[in-house]
Amino acid sequence: MKQAYAHLTDPLIKANPITLHILGICSALAVTTSVSTALTMSAALTVVLVLSSAMISAIRHHMPTAIRLIVQITIIASLVIVMDLFLRAFAFEMSKRLSIFVGLIVTNCLVLGRAEAFARRNPVWPSVLDALGNGLGYSIVLLTVGTIRELFGVGTLLGYEILPLVENGGWFRPMHVMLLAPSAFFIVGFLVWVIRSLRPEQAETPEFRILSHDETAQS
Amino acid sequence: MADFNPIHLWKRFLALPNEDLGKTLVFAFLVTFVASVIVSVAAVTLTPFYQQNLDRERQARMEEMVASLSVMSDILSELKIDDFDVRIVDLSSGTFAKDIDPTSYNQREAARDPKQSLSLPRDSDTAGIRQRANFAPVYILRRDQALELIVFPVRGVGYQSMLYAFLALEADANTIAGLSFYEQGETPGVGARITEPDWQAHWPGKTLADENGDIRISVVRGRGQGRFEVDGISGATRTGNGVSNMLHFWLGDFGFGPFLKRIQAGEIRL
Repeated sequence: MKQAYAHLTDPLIKANPITLHILGICSALAVTTSVSTALTMSAALTVVLVLSSAMISAIRHHMPTAIRLIVQITIIASLVIVMDLFLRAFAFEMSKRLSIFVGLIVTNCLVLGRAEAFARRNPVWPSVLDALGNGLGYSIVLLTVGTIRELFGVGTLLGYEILPLVENGGWFRPMHVMLLAPSAFFIVGFLVWVIRSLRPEQAETPEFRILSHDETAQS
Repeated sequence: MADFNPIHLWKRFLALPNEDLGKTLVFAFLVTFVASVIVSVAAVTLTPFYQQNLDRERQARMEEMVASLSVMSDILSELKIDDFDVRIVDLSSGTFAKDIDPTSYNQREAARDPKQSLSLPRDSDTAGIRQRANFAPVYILRRDQALELIVFPVRGVGYQSMLYAFLALEADANTIAGLSFYEQGETPGVGARITEPDWQAHWPGKTLADENGDIRISVVRGRGQGRFEVDGISGATRTGNGVSNMLHFWLGDFGFGPFLKRIQAGEIRL
């Protein structure tokens, strides 16, 4: 039970797919200009991730080795198509704002990454928990980035005005850089830095060491 | 004695090693079959909802364009979108088709039906649409009995998707009053900027054809000079070319060309 719980909670911060594994960055940059798009994308990805992990885990004993990856991608792609159609049917405006990024869940390394690394070696229930945990970990980062970008970029959260803009008679001058993709890079980088400062065990061992001047003189 | 009990066969199949070629093939077939059933069921059940959304979007774009046309703003208050007079044009002859009900005619479905459409010769198909419906609706808007605007539905291939737009002409049938895209799948932030009001604002006032009747309007790279050129979007040259080709097609002989000529010659009074 305790271990099952760990499958769910570990990916939230400790083994977060974005900040530790640096997976799923593409969509984390693209859809986080507002909280509502980040929320929809997170939900879509989490649903696809949970369902695909459950299905792949269910057939894991009979997965032919030669076509393993193709089978996994086929399952993920079908789920993504269904999700895309679902959003177009019931959340049309949102699907237009997310444009191609729902379809690109297929190529989101996070989904295939969890299928390869976890679901194909573990029973269904732990796989579902792991997928849910990773989906939520992804969602936490997306929502954090989305909140920062929307708040400082346009002064609103979920469309409600938080910081009154100068042009509407308030005091806040929006930071337009927040609406551009590089700002998401900076915010994700900042999050990685903060998390690794608080949890030094996450920092990778350096592949090489930069020598100081004295050391180079000696050698 | 062969055993044809399906449960036993299934168990034997599952017991095969995962490297077995037969198992691989059967497994691949089963996975693709199940996946295609799921996708097909979802597509069939959800597409009607999507179509409704698209229709609503088209209606909204139409209203948006009417609202954005400056000539319209003062009469908009008393004029509702339903006051549009919709007529069906026979594209090959350029005359009105009297026996088709405009409210039930669907140009997109007609374009898919070989009986109701024309398969375009490749060298004339500059818009890249392949099949063109024989009939097309035009929307006619009057103000105090006088013709104000004629609106044409147009479509053509851009960089990576089919672009659908309304082209609004002023009463001389040669001056553009507006071009509004209501459906496209171009690259977000690049080609998809054709839907932005900033870019669409370049169109009003431009002229379609010169004195000899040649269609001259085009989207150019960089800044447009004169009355026939519209600024291109940087990074979206092929979308711009697609828009130019689309207009040339729909204003040409296979599009509304014959109809426009009749209007200009005074043979059709709107």
